[in-house]
Amino acid sequence: MIRFEGVHKWFGKLHVLNGINLHVRAGEVVVVCGPSGSGKSTLIRTINELEPIDEGKLFVDGTELSDPKMNINRLRAEIGFVFQQFNLYPHLSVLKNITLAPIKIRNTPPKEAGEQATALLERVGLVDKRDAYPSQLSGGQQQRVAIARGLAMKPKIMLFDEPTSALDPEMIGEVLQVMKDLALSGMTMIVVTHEMGFAREVAHRVIFMDNGTILEEAPPEEFFINPRHERAKQFLKQILSPMH
Amino acid sequence: MVGGLDFSVVRENLPYFFLGRYPKGPLGGVALTLYLAVVSLVLSFLGGLILGLLSVSRNRLIKWGSTAVIQTIRGMPLLMVIFWMFFLLPAMLGSGMSADWTIITALTLFTSSYMSEIVRAGILGIPKGQMEAAVSTGLSHKQAMTYVILPQALRNMIPSFVNQFVSMIKDTSLAFIVGVSELTHIATQMNNRTMLYPTEIFLFIAVIYFIMCFAFTELSRWLERRSAWRKSI
Ligand SMILES: Nc1ncnc2c1ncn2[C@@H]1O[C@H](COP(=O)(O)OP(=O)(O)OP(=O)(O)O)[C@@H](O)[C@H]1O
Ligand SMILES: [Mg+2]
Repeated sequence: MIRFEGVHKWFGKLHVLNGINLHVRAGEVVVVCGPSGSGKSTLIRTINELEPIDEGKLFVDGTELSDPKMNINRLRAEIGFVFQQFNLYPHLSVLKNITLAPIKIRNTPPKEAGEQATALLERVGLVDKRDAYPSQLSGGQQQRVAIARGLAMKPKIMLFDEPTSALDPEMIGEVLQVMKDLALSGMTMIVVTHEMGFAREVAHRVIFMDNGTILEEAPPEEFFINPRHERAKQFLKQILSPMH
Repeated sequence: MVGGLDFSVVRENLPYFFLGRYPKGPLGGVALTLYLAVVSLVLSFLGGLILGLLSVSRNRLIKWGSTAVIQTIRGMPLLMVIFWMFFLLPAMLGSGMSADWTIITALTLFTSSYMSEIVRAGILGIPKGQMEAAVSTGLSHKQAMTYVILPQALRNMIPSFVNQFVSMIKDTSLAFIVGVSELTHIATQMNNRTMLYPTEIFLFIAVIYFIMCFAFTELSRWLERRSAWRKSI
């Protein structure tokens, strides 16, 4: 479904992605973790070309991103993206946040789009908020709306960039629950997160990034119990320590 | 009589102040001032929007070209722009434009260049996560601009727009220099004819300008309240 082949990316002189090789199959749930600045966000942002790559090849759903015939807008519709800061549209109601893309891109009639959005809101437990505005919602609710918005185009892939990092602790659970349900439904997912509980429960693979490279790649049981690299050990110790 | 002032000259010429020689002759006075301001306002809004969008274009040629135009006009005094339109346009185009439209063109060019800076700042002021979220759903850059960025940006720009338009109502008075018979021109004419009541005449038109600007400011405040949506976080 997604394949990186020797992908490099630079921000000026900074080598943010340094020879990434990665293959994510359909239906797989992959968790990406690693220290701040290691390139996790950049990695998933290249998949829908929010960040273009400089070298190597990147295939998504059978198309190569650098292919001149590729239609980036059409590809992006197949990929839901959930941001750390939610990025809901503040001037639109919850319902319109979700229906905007289907109505404008697929020409779905507003009534039908509304029904589909309501079904999605049901899935994330927020039907009663359909007419509210983002500013009237808690962080956890906003993020669940953002997930519903990401699902509105019926994507094949969902990408999450630290979806719970901006949330108060008591709201993390409700968002993770929605993501777990999504994972169990067979969605292909790449999730950047430090929620190790989530990784243990639903991830098929955990990827540890450091300095723009994938340092370790293993099933969660293996990664948590017996990490091979010193950097990964340190990272896990930090993240799992009660002081954190 | 008010405090030793004699406003009879104003009272007796009230229709002239408000309508010029209309209906026997062309429209003038307050009516013409409002006409110039409103037409230029609508055109400057469109011009500012277009120039502003061009100045944030991802195409460098378009971006630099429009920025050059904007900065050139912004670097000129309005009076210069009016003279240019008045003396150079006919020379270049072979005349044909009425004085009113020459003024409207000058005001529109001038105000558009200021408005475009407001539009540009407004667009750049929207957090970049908004554009990213919109294109991530598959919307094109243009669609994202139309449905996500501009509606938010325009609302933030309302106060600056109002400032700009209030300035423009006052700027229409420069039209008197090239003989367009708007309010200031009529006041000058009246003053030259009688030479007895300059204070009364110019006090009167000052009040009229104030009322127009004040009314416009209030109107836009009311519109802003009416279109208010709950502000984001
Ligand atoms: N647009 C940009 N321009 C320049 N440098 C950038 C840009 N975006 C990210 N970087 C830099 O690239 C490096 C990798 O950033 P990235 O956001 O991918 O890291 P991350 O692993 O997601 O970190 P975090 O856990 O803090 O989110 C960082 O050093 C960051 O400062
Ligand atoms: Mg990040």
